[in-house]
Amino acid sequence: MRVGETFIIKVARENPGAKTGRTYQEFSIPYEAGMTVLNALLYAKEHFDHSIAIRYSCRMASCGSCGMMINGIPRLACYTQVTKLPNSTITVGPLDHYPLVRDLVTNFGGFFDKHRSVSPFILRSDSKEQATPTSEYAQSPKELDEFLQFSYCIKCGLCNAACPTMSNDSTFIGPQALGQAYRYIADSRDEGAIERLNAVDRPHGIWRCHFAGSCSFVCPKGVDPALAIQKLRRLTISKPTAPRTGRKLMPPLVNK
Amino acid sequence: MYLYSWSIANARSTANRRLTHTVETLAFDIVIIGSGIAGLRAAIEAAQVSNGKASVAVITKVQAMRSHSVSAEGGTAAVLYPDKGDTFESHIYDTIKGSDFLADQDAVDFFVHAMPAEIYRLEHWGMPWSRTEDGRIAQRNFGGYNFPRATFAADRVGFFEMQTLYDTSCKFDNIQFLQEWFVTSLIVEHSKFLGLTALDMKSGRFYAIQAKATVIATGGAGRLYRFATFGYSSTPDGLSLAYHAGAPIMDMEFVQFHPTGLIPSGILITEGARGDGAVLLNKQGERFMKRYAPEKLDLASRDVVSRAIMTEIKEGRGFRDEVSGMDHVLLDLRPIGAEKVKSNLSGIREIAIKFKGIDPIDEPLPVRPVCHYTMGGIRTNMKAETEIAGLFSAGESACVSINGANRLGANSTAECLVFGAQSGHGAATYALGQSTHSVDTRHIQLEEKRLFDGILHGGGSENPYDVRNQLQVIMDTYAYVYRDGSGLAEGLKRMRDLHKTAFRHVDDQANEYNSNFINVLELEAMFEVAEIVLVGGLARIESRGAHSRTDYPKRDDANWLKHTLAYHAPDGPRLEYAPVTIDKYQPTERHY
Repeated sequence: MRVGETFIIKVARENPGAKTGRTYQEFSIPYEAGMTVLNALLYAKEHFDHSIAIRYSCRMASCGSCGMMINGIPRLACYTQVTKLPNSTITVGPLDHYPLVRDLVTNFGGFFDKHRSVSPFILRSDSKEQATPTSEYAQSPKELDEFLQFSYCIKCGLCNAACPTMSNDSTFIGPQALGQAYRYIADSRDEGAIERLNAVDRPHGIWRCHFAGSCSFVCPKGVDPALAIQKLRRLTISKPTAPRTGRKLMPPLVNK
Repeated sequence: MYLYSWSIANARSTANRRLTHTVETLAFDIVIIGSGIAGLRAAIEAAQVSNGKASVAVITKVQAMRSHSVSAEGGTAAVLYPDKGDTFESHIYDTIKGSDFLADQDAVDFFVHAMPAEIYRLEHWGMPWSRTEDGRIAQRNFGGYNFPRATFAADRVGFFEMQTLYDTSCKFDNIQFLQEWFVTSLIVEHSKFLGLTALDMKSGRFYAIQAKATVIATGGAGRLYRFATFGYSSTPDGLSLAYHAGAPIMDMEFVQFHPTGLIPSGILITEGARGDGAVLLNKQGERFMKRYAPEKLDLASRDVVSRAIMTEIKEGRGFRDEVSGMDHVLLDLRPIGAEKVKSNLSGIREIAIKFKGIDPIDEPLPVRPVCHYTMGGIRTNMKAETEIAGLFSAGESACVSINGANRLGANSTAECLVFGAQSGHGAATYALGQSTHSVDTRHIQLEEKRLFDGILHGGGSENPYDVRNQLQVIMDTYAYVYRDGSGLAEGLKRMRDLHKTAFRHVDDQANEYNSNFINVLELEAMFEVAEIVLVGGLARIESRGAHSRTDYPKRDDANWLKHTLAYHAPDGPRLEYAPVTIDKYQPTERHY
């Protein structure tokens, strides 16, 4: 596409609060070099219709705000170049599997609750060192690599929108939260593996995944939640039944 | 958590409004405004200090994890390795020298000593700091330092700090998030904070919130500029809240332009790239920094490097980007080596490939100075207290000042941690000693009228987005790396004329997620703070740090070694000045 040439973007418009059903509004956008779908939507909002509801912030695929269905696939609008899309018309709508707030904006309340349900934080018993840190817990680059890719999750929620299981089971914990459960378990500093495995070892937890792998396919940051779920299954099968022991405590390095 | 509500009998009737209605009220002990690194650190500290006794609300106009702190890339400064030769004194002096001696030296001293524990605290909470082979926390070089003390987690430091803090905040049942709420005013009586008013963006409902203490941690004002590293959400709403409440805004004329913003988006290419060995090149392929900073070269402080780039461009040794028409120089990452770029700088490599179609392993990146940080902010002391009882501020929205006229890289995420903790601690301690005060309903009534009658149902013909773009162009043109008196005066005149145009109207009349409404409110705050930048810059007839006046090219310690304080007044900011705390290092000329 050449600079100045126009293309069509079709935007889903719907406001359940005002009881208006979904329509698609078309905008003709002049192409600018390097234009992303987010740039195109903001062009439409600023020049044609100020009322388009859209969530966005960093415009550099770090903040996870602008997830939406773009030509039927969950993507970040800021990370999708309009020239890289195969269709000449671009159609955008709200993310699947989330309650709609308005237009392109969905409600993430349940998403954040599920994330919280897997105890996404370091659990340790050395409360004194936790309260008044004196030095670091040693962690080798290799140990860091065990969980690093899973910590790239920006909580954009694309994985949950792509997940076929989430489409018919709203109680499924979902790839995002399961990926984060694994991220903390795989962290050599953590002792909460059993608590977290207990949180995900349930019918609507890890066993509900039927391994379509679409979560990993759509992740804009290269996280592989499908792999995390497989690893959680393996850990669950091999986990000690009782009592909870956790991992061996790792003492902090001696203070300098 | 609705405690009670009251009726506003004489709310004005408009076509779209009910005659009488109630304003719902919430109550918390502590309200943190903003969910970036400083806000989250404050929330956790307040929750911990109060031992679960205080209710803490984090009000944020974005969702959790969306704040622009996620985009901080390169590092967080701290003295971790005295055994390898680093010293507190070195970090203190580097910071003061970087500030062009406008930093308050007692505050810098406190900050530097508090930092190592913050690094370890984050580490204990799960921060994936990059590691050395022996399992210790890794550090890299950064501009203006005499020791490689920028602690890093690849080049996603801010993102990982946010993740660590947000995830850790999930531990606390007394922290509640009000996501996508926009605070519209503070309720302050007799210099004491009593509460605030806010809009719930998802429903469009207006609330009064009673609180005993609040922390403004709303970040910087960088979206005053069009070419900026900042996300769209970085507007100075929090500064405007404090300004209207009577707190002074300090040193706002000092705006940092990061040397390496990617053309044309302005996305940040971290200083860590130069820390790891990248070099700046002009059109002649020359490593021009050797002429400006013979010792530190590409790792001189940011104000120095940005001026060097603009001088190269002005003297015809820059490049012109055909498509955007922007002048630039090149940042060459090839000296770093492909493997190290892949491991330490994976984030910016991804950005360069995706947004610019250039793999920095093979080809240099086009960069120019980009608005990156506002040194100024709400004036606080070392305890993050403002002049208003119960009102605290931390992070980029605050000005302690440890950054003076120019912040060193890796000191801002650090500042968010140290003073975020200070503010949370102070707010909790203060709140526990206070009882709830009822608030004046008149304030709430007036605020509602301003918002709904004055703006949501206001009239006007100007497109607020066009007005915003014009404001940004004014700032890009007249208050950039180099400034002068006539330019600043012209910018101020244009800004004031633009402010008079009829942009205060909202085409979108829906209640639900009306970002058009929020954008107009943000624009009002942008005008106020742009005015403070321009007025402060015009008055300061010297060059210091990031404020570089071509008509007054020298630093003038005899007359201008002082902080600018801007107080809200009907006809524009009223300026006062305050002394700088200099208890150890007398100002000298800076060389890098």
